[in-house]
Amino acid sequence: MLLEVRNLKTQFFTPEGVVRAVDGISFDVGEGETVALVGESGCGKSVSALSIMRLIPDPPGRIVGGQITFRGQDLCQVDMETMRRIRGKEIAMVFQEPMTSLNPVLTIGLQLTEALEMHLNMRAMEAQKRCLEFLRLVGIPDPQRRLSQYPHQFSGGMRQRVMIAMALICEPRLILADEPTTALDVTIQAQILELLKNTCRRLHVAIIIITHNLGVVARYADRVNVMYAGKIIESGFSRDIYGTPKHPYTLGLLRSVPRLDQPRKAKLDPIEGQPPDLADLPPGCSFGVRCKYAEEKCAQEVPSLREVGERHWSACWVADRLNKGARGKP
Amino acid sequence: MRQYLLKRILLMIPTLLGVAALIFLLMRVVPGDLVELKHAGEGSSVSAETLQKERELLGLDKPLWYQFGAWIWDIARGDFGVSMWTGRPVLYEISIRFQLSLQLAIMAAFLAVLLAIPLGTVAALKQDTWVDYVIRVFSIAGLATPSFWLGIIVILGLLILFGWLPPMEFTPFWENPAANMAQLIWPTLAISYRYSAMIMRMTRSSVLEVLREDYIRTARAKGLRERLILIRHALKNAMLPVISVIGLELAFLIGGMVVTEQVFNLNGLGRLLVQSIEQRDYTMTQSLVLLTAIFFILMNFVTDLLFAWLDPRVRFK
Amino acid sequence: MASQTRSSFSSGKFRRVIRFCRQRPLGAIGGLILLIMVFTALTADWIAPYEPLVNDYKAMLSRPSMHHLMGTDAHGRDVLSRIIYGSRTALLVGFSSSFCGTMLGVIIGVICAYFGGKIDVIVQRFMEILLSFPLIVMALAMMAVLGTGILNVIVAITIPMIPRSAQVIRSCALSIRNTPYVDAARACGFGHIRIMFRHILPNVVAPFLILVTAYLGGAILTEASLSFLGVGVAEPTPAWGLMLKGAAVTFAETAPWMAIFPGLAISAAVFAFNIFGDSLRDELDPKLRTS
Repeated sequence: MLLEVRNLKTQFFTPEGVVRAVDGISFDVGEGETVALVGESGCGKSVSALSIMRLIPDPPGRIVGGQITFRGQDLCQVDMETMRRIRGKEIAMVFQEPMTSLNPVLTIGLQLTEALEMHLNMRAMEAQKRCLEFLRLVGIPDPQRRLSQYPHQFSGGMRQRVMIAMALICEPRLILADEPTTALDVTIQAQILELLKNTCRRLHVAIIIITHNLGVVARYADRVNVMYAGKIIESGFSRDIYGTPKHPYTLGLLRSVPRLDQPRKAKLDPIEGQPPDLADLPPGCSFGVRCKYAEEKCAQEVPSLREVGERHWSACWVADRLNKGARGKP
Repeated sequence: MRQYLLKRILLMIPTLLGVAALIFLLMRVVPGDLVELKHAGEGSSVSAETLQKERELLGLDKPLWYQFGAWIWDIARGDFGVSMWTGRPVLYEISIRFQLSLQLAIMAAFLAVLLAIPLGTVAALKQDTWVDYVIRVFSIAGLATPSFWLGIIVILGLLILFGWLPPMEFTPFWENPAANMAQLIWPTLAISYRYSAMIMRMTRSSVLEVLREDYIRTARAKGLRERLILIRHALKNAMLPVISVIGLELAFLIGGMVVTEQVFNLNGLGRLLVQSIEQRDYTMTQSLVLLTAIFFILMNFVTDLLFAWLDPRVRFK
Repeated sequence: MASQTRSSFSSGKFRRVIRFCRQRPLGAIGGLILLIMVFTALTADWIAPYEPLVNDYKAMLSRPSMHHLMGTDAHGRDVLSRIIYGSRTALLVGFSSSFCGTMLGVIIGVICAYFGGKIDVIVQRFMEILLSFPLIVMALAMMAVLGTGILNVIVAITIPMIPRSAQVIRSCALSIRNTPYVDAARACGFGHIRIMFRHILPNVVAPFLILVTAYLGGAILTEASLSFLGVGVAEPTPAWGLMLKGAAVTFAETAPWMAIFPGLAISAAVFAFNIFGDSLRDELDPKLRTS
């Protein structure tokens, strides 16, 4: 296993209360595997990624518990200097906003070679050659000219390609992609995702892809972890999650996506209610209030992850009642 | 970039004309007329004939628009008229005092920037610690303390502690650097405190803002050292608004010079302005105010230019 | 029901003040100094030990003592009393000029933002011309024309304040003007005045208050500078800047207290106004941060 996250807890200490952004999540990522973290806004998926990189701003946030074992080392315990060496070289991150994630006053070339100089001790000539190589890899035409240009001279899609090149350039073992295509045009989104998937497969790099877009997950992920209110409530292979979802939330998510094969007059089927306040979580299952299948037990005890299939887990007391998949009705 | 330059230069011209018109009108708004006021103290000992002669000399008997046009035309040829007080050409009076004021301004600006940028950066890096607090209080005090009072306290201090006053005579730097410094370092300190306080505050807030940006997070995610991130990524971005402030707040510097030259009895342009007002020398006042405004507009222009050149987003459109 | 809301409203405001004091101690200190200053100005007649204008040549230039806590000046006048009365001048000039200047700036800013077009362009150019002068140079030039006296000082400081506040208010008003609900109000056929008063002005109140407090410090400083140079308030009015004029280098050796106390008063007052204004701005509208 490349990465093993066990019971990770990250909290933010604000004047209004303690926000339990990540409330005890556990998942694995194997070498070269593509794992998805899915959930709606505010469920804690971005915070999970930032926790793995130990980039949580302190104050007001802090990792308060759990282990993140990467290649045998617990990242929660290492000192900042070791963490700094791991960042960029072993684990890299691609952020959501290509507009603001690149420094506007530095050339692309400089921003690409920085990491090479830092981690691989490359000298200028070598570093430049490698930059050109990777720019070509991510599909940027005329890379020689592009090296001396500034971020504002690139389009949104191109900027994201540069971000991906920046992440891959030191050949890390794991990439965290936080909503890599959300800020881009729909037409570009597919391109970028294909690029990400293909280059990572080629270089045998594992990806954790964070998104709220179920379509993305279906096509590109091997394993899927569904998050809600800071917890992972279902985890399994992509085909199992889509074929036989075993959590009412996952079921709700899948049903709420409009489909091309439905009749035109079909109504949307959203999940009623709102996600809970992470500073003030209700007792029992966090999804209970919005759940169609909720029983008495759901409001009293927090469900733990139980095995419901081959490497398929669900944190739900009523998982067995969900027999039909997304296509059928209960 | 070139287009931007051209546009800015063209926009400056109406502003300059407007400024000149405003000054011109202001000086003419004086109740009674200039000549009468000049001789106000002398009562009826001055004959109406003499007054009329002076009026003709100064061209005050011509219509307003004619006077304005003549004035602009003269200025364009470098003729600022003759001082009503000393009788010598205005330009001459300015030129003999120019060197002192220029040196004072340069020294004060230099000292201010040298002090303010490092302190402001440190305050930002150590936000909310006692270091930050001290620096902030220091800079707020700088904005509150009148520079002339600071000058007085400095003189008091020198007098009481060392029994020594700065020299009155101005010696140019190349003639005798020691005497030159002995005279000018004290007013420089008094003036630059305020200016540096302004820059310090801007630096602090600019660095704080930049450190919150996404690209700093990206830099950290790449595993770069904090110091490198600060110098290469943060400061370069943070300095852009600071440079704007340095140029724009030059006004504070000029204001400080006007009063501080008075305190230290320095024969500079600031003191000349005050004297010209005391002596009711409207020709001189007019010219000095105009020159100040022109200098100010020019400074803003240069600052804008510098900003445009340094920011790649403007330079490479 | 009405009494319930009234009491909860007033207690809410009180609680807010308490929270302000706790979260921003520096600003609270500034506010306290302000209150002391206003109190001093109002009760000057009762708390000042001596008359500020009465000369007493027997006690000329005496050191600080039990009789004269801050010593006396060249005319034998008690420095402490003159400082107490000087707070009146400072507050009067400060408040009047920053209030009037900002108020006029509000009017101009709102009109420019609301009507836009030609009016906006012309007024903006004019404002730009006014802003081409450093504040003190413009005030000096105006004093040259108007002559000394407290009313002239107020006018001379008000005028440069107008374009500075107009710019800030204009950008605030612009952001409100471009909101959908103002468009909706116009579509309903509401008149210009009504829209300006009902929609734009209430949103401009916070920046207005912030600007008044922000410019107060500068106004006091400018008045002090003008008086010091001899083109501000006239003798024998008690004014802190004027007190420093007589004290400059002439009496530096013999009577340093003449120079120290008035300057401290100016610095304390401006300091208090500045930090109070800063904290007020942080509290009401952090978007207006410039530093």
